[in-house]
Amino acid sequence: MQKMILVDYTKCTGCRLCETVCSVANSSVCNPDRARIKVVRWEWQGLQIPTLCQQCEEPVCMGVCPTKALSKDSTMGYVKLNQFLCIGCKLCLQTCPFGAMAYDFVKKEMMKCEFCDGDPACVKFCETKALQFVDVSDASLKKKRELGAKVLIAIGKGEEAF
Amino acid sequence: MPLRSKIAIIDLSNNKITKESIPEKMRRLYLGGRGIGAHLIYNHVEPKTDPLGPGNALVISAGFLTGTVAPASSRTHIGCKSPLTNGFGSSNMGGFFGPELKFAGFEHLVIKGASPKPVYLWVHDGEIEIRDASHLWGKDTFETPQIIREELGDEEIKVACIGIAGENLVKLANFRTGLKNTAGRTGTGCVAGSKKLKAIAVRGRLGLQIARPKEALEYAKRAIDQIMSTKVAKAMGIDGTSFIWNVTNTSGLLEFYNGQVNKFKDWQKLTIEAFDEKYKTGMLGCFNCTVHCSHQFRINDGPWAGTFGGGPEYNTQTALGSFGADNWETLLVGWHLANKYGIDTTGWSNDVRGTMELYQRGIINKEVTGGLDLSWENANQLIPVLLELTAKREGFGAILAEGSLGIIRALSKYSKDVEYYILHVKGLGKLGNVDRAQPSFALGIATSTRGADHLRSRPAIDHLHLPEDVLKKIYGGYVSSDFRSYDGKARMVRWHELTYAVVDCLGTCKFQTVFFSPNLPAYKEWVKYLRYNTGLEFTEEELFDIGERVYTLERMFNYREAGFTRKDDRVPERCIREPLKYGLPAIKGAHIDRDKFNKLLDEYYELHGWDKEGLPLPETLKRLELDKETSDLIKKENQ
Repeated sequence: MQKMILVDYTKCTGCRLCETVCSVANSSVCNPDRARIKVVRWEWQGLQIPTLCQQCEEPVCMGVCPTKALSKDSTMGYVKLNQFLCIGCKLCLQTCPFGAMAYDFVKKEMMKCEFCDGDPACVKFCETKALQFVDVSDASLKKKRELGAKVLIAIGKGEEAF
Repeated sequence: MPLRSKIAIIDLSNNKITKESIPEKMRRLYLGGRGIGAHLIYNHVEPKTDPLGPGNALVISAGFLTGTVAPASSRTHIGCKSPLTNGFGSSNMGGFFGPELKFAGFEHLVIKGASPKPVYLWVHDGEIEIRDASHLWGKDTFETPQIIREELGDEEIKVACIGIAGENLVKLANFRTGLKNTAGRTGTGCVAGSKKLKAIAVRGRLGLQIARPKEALEYAKRAIDQIMSTKVAKAMGIDGTSFIWNVTNTSGLLEFYNGQVNKFKDWQKLTIEAFDEKYKTGMLGCFNCTVHCSHQFRINDGPWAGTFGGGPEYNTQTALGSFGADNWETLLVGWHLANKYGIDTTGWSNDVRGTMELYQRGIINKEVTGGLDLSWENANQLIPVLLELTAKREGFGAILAEGSLGIIRALSKYSKDVEYYILHVKGLGKLGNVDRAQPSFALGIATSTRGADHLRSRPAIDHLHLPEDVLKKIYGGYVSSDFRSYDGKARMVRWHELTYAVVDCLGTCKFQTVFFSPNLPAYKEWVKYLRYNTGLEFTEEELFDIGERVYTLERMFNYREAGFTRKDDRVPERCIREPLKYGLPAIKGAHIDRDKFNKLLDEYYELHGWDKEGLPLPETLKRLELDKETSDLIKKENQ
C-alpha cells in the first residue's frame, strides 16, 4: 500500500520533537540538523510548518541522480536512497523543489526520509497528530471529509453533524 | 555528547575565554543545570561583591538532559548574585535556547567582568566570539534577535537577550528568549546590563550523542504516554497554567489590591474563556514538549491592534490582574510591554500594588509619584505608563526600578509602615496568590533561596487532598492531607525544595513532574531518563542528595553574601496579621499563626540538618561534601 506522511499544518505546536526523534532513530544522535524532517519556524509570528520529503511519483531527485542511487520503493512508495551507489554529488539536493534532500555533514553522505521501515518515529511522537502516517488513497478521502465538515459548519449544519 | 558538554568562562573585562570539560565528579555532586550553575556561582562570584560590579558572575546553564529526548527537555537556568536580594539570583526559562546551547557544545557559560562597550556573545559549534553590540543597544527584546539573525545570516540562531530595562539597570530586568520564554526573576537582566552584555546568540550543529538511542526513544515514548494520560496535561494543553484561575478565584485563593482582599468583583472578565473568545490564536510547545501550554494571542482592534505575543500565564493573570485592571487587553498589553522592555511581571506588579496601597492610604501623594494618580480604578491606564517609566527609569519609574527593597528605602521617610505594605521575602516581590491559607505555601516562600517565589518548592498537590498513605509514600513520613494544617508540612516543603532543585538540574519542565500531580514523572523516571540518554547511573537517593546539596549550597551563598538567617525566613507581616476576609469556609479567616510557623521553621531546619538560625551544621556540610566549598560557615567553624 502506498503510504505518505500527511501534515496538518494547523496542528503543529512547533515543539520540534519530530526532529529530535528522527535524528535519534536514524542517526543515533540528538541533533535536529541531522533530522530528515524539519519544522521551519517564524518565531515572532508563532508560526511553524513541518517540512519533509513528499515521496513524489516522478521524483526530480531520481531523475537527476547520475548513479541511480535513488529509486521508488515498490510497497510503500517512498524514494529509497542506496548509500552504496550514491557518490554524494548533491544534484538531488539542488533540484528537489522542497529542500527535502539533505546532506549529513557528519557522515558526509546524503540523507532523506525513508519512513523508518514503515513506522516513522516523527509520527509516533507527534502528540497533536499534526503528522499522520496514512495510505495515500485514504489521505485524500480524509481531506474530503475535512472539507465536508467545513462546509457543514459554514451552512449552519455543524451542530447536527458533530 | 551529553558528557562532553563544556563550561566556558568568559571574562568581558579582558576578552579572555577559557573552556573546561565537566568532570564526572562534578556531575555526581551537582548533576548539571541549576546545580552545576550554583557551584559555579558560588566559586566565581567574588565574595561580598557589588551585584552590579565586575566581580559578579552571570551563569547561563542548560540542564544535564536539556536537548536530549527526555520529555520537555527545554530548560535553561540563569543565575548570579541578585541585585534585588543581594543573595542567590536564579531564574529558569523554556523555549529553544538551552537545547541549541547544548548542540553548540556548551552546557554552562560563566560570564565575568564587565565590558566597557555593549557586546553580545556568538556561540556556535564549540566556538565563542565576543562581538560589538553598539547597534543593538536601545533595541527591544523583539528586535534584537531578528537583527542578530540577519547579521549572522542564519534564521535558526536562538537568542537570549535583555531589553532596555536591563540596559538601564532596572533591578527587575530579566533575560528573555523567543516569543514568550523568560527567566523572569531576581534581576538577571540587570546584571547583564551592568556587564554591557546585550545578548547571547547560539547555533549548534554538533548535536548530543545519546548513550542508548533505542531505549532512550522507547522510554521517552512511555514517559510521554504517562504524562499525556493525566488530566492536568490535557488541561494545560488547552488553557495553559490559566486553567486554575477560575478555581482559585471562586475559592478565595487570589489576593487583590495588594492582599487587602481575596476577592475581585470583576474576575469573570479575566477568565481564560474570555481570553480564548477574543484573543487566542493558538498553542505553542517548547522544545520536545507534548503538553504545549503556551498560548499565543493577538489584539485585533482598538489602540493596541496588531499587538501579539505568547501567553498569558496564570502568574501574569495574578500579577497584572490583581490591582483593579479589569480587561484582558490591559493584561496582554502589559505583558507585551514587560516582555519588550524585559521586566519581571511578577515582581514589578507586586511593587506597583504596594505603592498603590501607599497612595490609597495617603502615605504617598502626587508629589511623590510625579503627578500620577495611583488610584486602583486607574489600573487599566497605569499599567502601560508605569511599565515604560520603569524601563526608562523616568519619574516615579526610577523608584519602581529599584525593586521592593529600593522602594522601601526610598519611601520609608514618609511613613514607618511602608515596609508593611511592600510585600516581599528577602527583597523579592510576592506573587498575587494567597499564601496565608496554606502553611506549606507560606513556609515555601519564606525559605526559598531566591526570595518570595512558588517555583522553588510550591507543593501544589497540597490542595489535592490526597489520602495520607499516598502522601506518606511520597514524602517518607507523615504529612497531613489538610492544606490548612501545619502537620508534616516542613517535610513536604523540604521534599519539594530538593525535588525541584533536581528538576532544574535535569533541565526538564517542572510542569511535567510532581508539581501538579503525583502521577507525573519523578525520581523513578528521571533515573531512566539519565541512564538511557547520558549513560550515567544514579540511584533515586543519589538524585535526592544532589537536590539537598544544591539547595544547601544556595543557602550558604545567601549567608555568605547577604547574611540571610532565620530572621529572613519570614512571610510578609500581612500574612500573619490579617485574616482572609472572603472565600470558602476553609479559607475565610485564615492567616499564618506566628507560633505555629516558628515551630514549623524549627522542624524544617532540623530536617535539613541546619541549626536554629537556619545555618547548615558542620556534619551536614560534611555529609553533602560541601565542606570543600570555600564558605564563611566553614571558616566560622575553624576559628
